[in-house]
Amino acid sequence: MAAHPGGLTALAPSPAGTKSGAAVSVRGLIRSFGTKSVLDGVDLDIAPGEFVALLGPSGCGKSTLLRALAGLDHDVRGSGVISVPDRVSVVFQDSRLLPWDSVLGNVTLGVREHDAGARARKALAEVGLAGREKAWPHQLSGGEQQRVALARSLVREPQLLLADEPFGALDALTRIRMHGLLQDLVAAHRPAVLLVTHDVDEAIALADRIVVLDQGRIATVRPVPEPIRTSADAAGHEALRRDLLAALGVEATAGH
Amino acid sequence: MSAVLDRPVVAPHQDPAQAGRPDVRPTGRRLGPGRRRRLAWVGPSALLLLWTAASATGALDPRILSEPWTVVAAAGELIADGRLQENLAISAQRAGLGLFFGILVGAVLALLSGLSRIGEALIDGPVQIKRAIPGLALIPLLILWFGIDETMKVLTITLGVFVPVYLQTHAGLRGIDLRFVELAQTVGLGRAGFIRKVVLPGALPGFFLGLRFAVTGAWVSLVVVEQINATSGIGYMMELARTYGQTNIIILGLAVYGILGLLSDGIVRFIERKALSWQRTLAG
Ligand SMILES: Nc1ncnc2c1ncn2[C@@H]1O[C@H](COP(=O)(O)OP(=O)(O)O)[C@@H](O)[C@H]1O
Ligand SMILES: [Mg+2]
Repeated sequence: MAAHPGGLTALAPSPAGTKSGAAVSVRGLIRSFGTKSVLDGVDLDIAPGEFVALLGPSGCGKSTLLRALAGLDHDVRGSGVISVPDRVSVVFQDSRLLPWDSVLGNVTLGVREHDAGARARKALAEVGLAGREKAWPHQLSGGEQQRVALARSLVREPQLLLADEPFGALDALTRIRMHGLLQDLVAAHRPAVLLVTHDVDEAIALADRIVVLDQGRIATVRPVPEPIRTSADAAGHEALRRDLLAALGVEATAGH
Repeated sequence: MSAVLDRPVVAPHQDPAQAGRPDVRPTGRRLGPGRRRRLAWVGPSALLLLWTAASATGALDPRILSEPWTVVAAAGELIADGRLQENLAISAQRAGLGLFFGILVGAVLALLSGLSRIGEALIDGPVQIKRAIPGLALIPLLILWFGIDETMKVLTITLGVFVPVYLQTHAGLRGIDLRFVELAQTVGLGRAGFIRKVVLPGALPGFFLGLRFAVTGAWVSLVVVEQINATSGIGYMMELARTYGQTNIIILGLAVYGILGLLSDGIVRFIERKALSWQRTLAG
């Protein structure tokens, strides 16, 4: 176990499917900014290939948790034990493409294998951007830029995909298309997924399991049965939606 | 400006099915300077015309400002006996060498100080002090150390050039967006890859900004070093003309400096446009 820089957390790489059986394991995670406690003892397991959505109101610490899993919280005070797989990819809310690199260059960024180019082309084709390899990021629409970011995360064949409100900046129609795309990609590559979102319907449509972060802890855990995920008319869909909204402190409104 | 707000709503693109109809687009103007047009020659031509007219009518005393045709005649003579080319070559060589060393030194120091804390501690302070001293104020010292030959001249230009290159490149290196630092970590870039893929390309716009200051500065330094103790170069040619009261040769020298300045700036802009083609700006 390697000591976590700047903190007490042990960040132990454990390839998916090892003895513990979990891709991600978080125990007693505590994080604070100054005197303000944000995460106050988070426990979370994600099985290999499982899709978990992390819900919570704005400012409740969702990004803080995701950044801890990504090892991006060097300067944040805290403690706890985290174990994640070797290959972790992150998708941010902004596509975070290097403006000075082509679409292809952005996707191959950091890929060391000799066939990086070929793999990047394949990933771009998977997200429907074949033929745009030479474009500059600014020549793409917001949705297309986010698809490049997805291709960049997939080209590494991640065992864990961390996504922090990846569709938050997109319009409603593009977001629905991106849901379908993400489902296809996850079905094809089978990474464990932690999707941070504040959109209850997005969480229900995509996740195997939904966890709600409240007061620095995982307050609610709800599995999403297959029929409820795939159909808004399924029995129990509305009840789940209402429960989740209640957990977020919102009175449910009729319909969607 | 009101045109921008009151644009009529009409079809922005021509539908191929409606071929033959006119392509109707919003008539509103886009904010910004508008499309690039090749109109840069209009102003200078007007001035030239004014000058010619004033000289021809005698409104302009030739001792103040020579007639345009005598400037052209002087150019013809100096080219014919090879003196203009000779002086131009030596001037261009000084500026070129000074720019070369200045850019090299500025960029290398900026990299050393921008990429390592130790480098910054050692380099940044002295450069900031150097920046506070006007470059040309060092000339007396440089003359004492190196005499008045080419070394002193090239060194003076180098010292003027390296500062803006250093400052702008250093600012570019230090101004890398923290979001890209995180990205580099999540995609597993090593330090070398991070510098090559993120830091250097991100600092390139700063470098080019410094380069444009540097080119301007190089010509300023050149003019000064060529007017003190020089025995060759465009500046010397002008200084000599002054002692004989040959206004036309002085103006010819100014024109040559102007052409050199425009030319070098154009070259830098051209390289910049090629190297930064990923940028989307209004400059077009
Ligand atoms: N770098 C930081 N410095 C200080 N406070 C921070 C920092 N990052 C986040 N916070 C605070 O921590 C809380 C949780 O933030 P975050 O995890 O980004 O919330 P969200 O659930 O919206 O993603 C917020 O109240 C925020 O103000
Ligand atoms: Mg957030």
